[in-house]
Amino acid sequence: MGALMTVEEIVGSVESGMTLGIGGWGSRRKPMALVEALCASNVTDLTLVSYGGPDVGMLCAAGKVRRVVAPFVTLDSIPLEPHFRAARQNGTIEFTEYDEGMFMFGLYAAAHGLPFLPTPAGLGSDIVTYDPSLRTVRNPYGDEELLAVPPLKPDAALLHLNRADARGNGQYLGHDPYLDDLFAKAATNTYLSCERLVTAFDGPPQTLLVSRMHVTGVVEIPGGAGFTECLPDYPRDEARQKRYVEAAK
Amino acid sequence: MTVTRAEICVTACADAWRGDGEILAAAMGTCSILGARLARATFEPGLLTTDGGPLLTAAPVPIGAPAGEVEGWMPFRDHLWLVLNGRRHVMMGASQIDRYGNSNISAVGDWHRPTSQLLGMRGAPGNTRCNPTSYWIPRHAPRVFVEKVDVVSGLGWDRGAHEIRRVVTDLAVLDFDTPDRRMRLRSLHPGVSVAEVVERTGFELVIPEDVPETRRPTGPELRVLRDVLDPGGLRDREVRS
Repeated sequence: MGALMTVEEIVGSVESGMTLGIGGWGSRRKPMALVEALCASNVTDLTLVSYGGPDVGMLCAAGKVRRVVAPFVTLDSIPLEPHFRAARQNGTIEFTEYDEGMFMFGLYAAAHGLPFLPTPAGLGSDIVTYDPSLRTVRNPYGDEELLAVPPLKPDAALLHLNRADARGNGQYLGHDPYLDDLFAKAATNTYLSCERLVTAFDGPPQTLLVSRMHVTGVVEIPGGAGFTECLPDYPRDEARQKRYVEAAK
Repeated sequence: MTVTRAEICVTACADAWRGDGEILAAAMGTCSILGARLARATFEPGLLTTDGGPLLTAAPVPIGAPAGEVEGWMPFRDHLWLVLNGRRHVMMGASQIDRYGNSNISAVGDWHRPTSQLLGMRGAPGNTRCNPTSYWIPRHAPRVFVEKVDVVSGLGWDRGAHEIRRVVTDLAVLDFDTPDRRMRLRSLHPGVSVAEVVERTGFELVIPEDVPETRRPTGPELRVLRDVLDPGGLRDREVRS
């Protein structure tokens, strides 16, 4: 039993044209080392599913992206992501734009094999204008119309967690799990990088966010969240993030 | 005691949550965050506020300060469920807003190939459909207050909004207390004229015959704001006097 893989093996299992889920949120606990390795690979034509941050930006800048599915792309302390903006403004990518809650429901649906989940979030907005594939459902017990959010089902998901074991169990030690467990359950294959591989976990069991049953491969990469925050191991490297933005100009 | 424009703005933001009781006051932007915490620290003690992250703080904390004692946990996923639960009044920002309160934080220009890509929809569609929503606009300008927003991220009253309660700007407080839910000038901050607001609004506002002055903070409110919540004066960086 063992899920240990190298970065090369993980990136090598991502194929052109795939839908790739990326964990974290904005500029928080993003699997940036894996993203950087992917940028250096010859993969193209990806569809990214992400609460977007510099992961989306870097892959756009590297020309790896056909479509982004996201409710936002932001660097948090710097609101706008320069490479994503450029890609949108130059028309080099397609965009499916969701509400944050809709996006979560898409992951929930995919994680649990549901054809859709109903929500009022998104109705009335231009989300439905620009994504004509979206459908509504009528409440069978009442009368109101709800948005039927389709599953967001990645072929592969990339996550970065604080700790993991060699079997592929992953632990978060910060205050927010983001949606990483849902990405792991939703994706066909999930790959985990971690700050530190451990043989036994410290901390309460509810910090054991991702189960090995949903993980294909795990790799230890200290500092693997790049300049994004990875609490409590390290905060966002604001100076590095600023240089990243300035270099994009 | 001289009250600054930023302090008027914070108090006006706080007043948006008056009467809300035991719900989450979610806020974006310095004066808005300070307003939520000021309301809780003074006239609306039942409100729940965060540390700016996933912690519900036991008491309203200074802006940028660690949470200290916490009374609850609100990671993003639970925040998104709370939107559907409804016990939440959010004060968002907007790059564009129209007379019915439709707002845009997504993109300027044609959505398919924007001239300026902004944040994206974020939670605006769900917020406005499910929760009372207010807006904090630090710089009242015609390019913000537009006839028609380029992209509808947040729903206005004419597109099925739950409730768009208040728009607070550096000049005035606006609401939708009109028969057809058009935006109305509710009060002018001290020193601001109707003409100035009209000049800096890109559509026709409903303007009552008598427009009152936005209230000034009380002595205790001012002390809490200056000595506890924002001793570093971050509010004055967002709105200059």
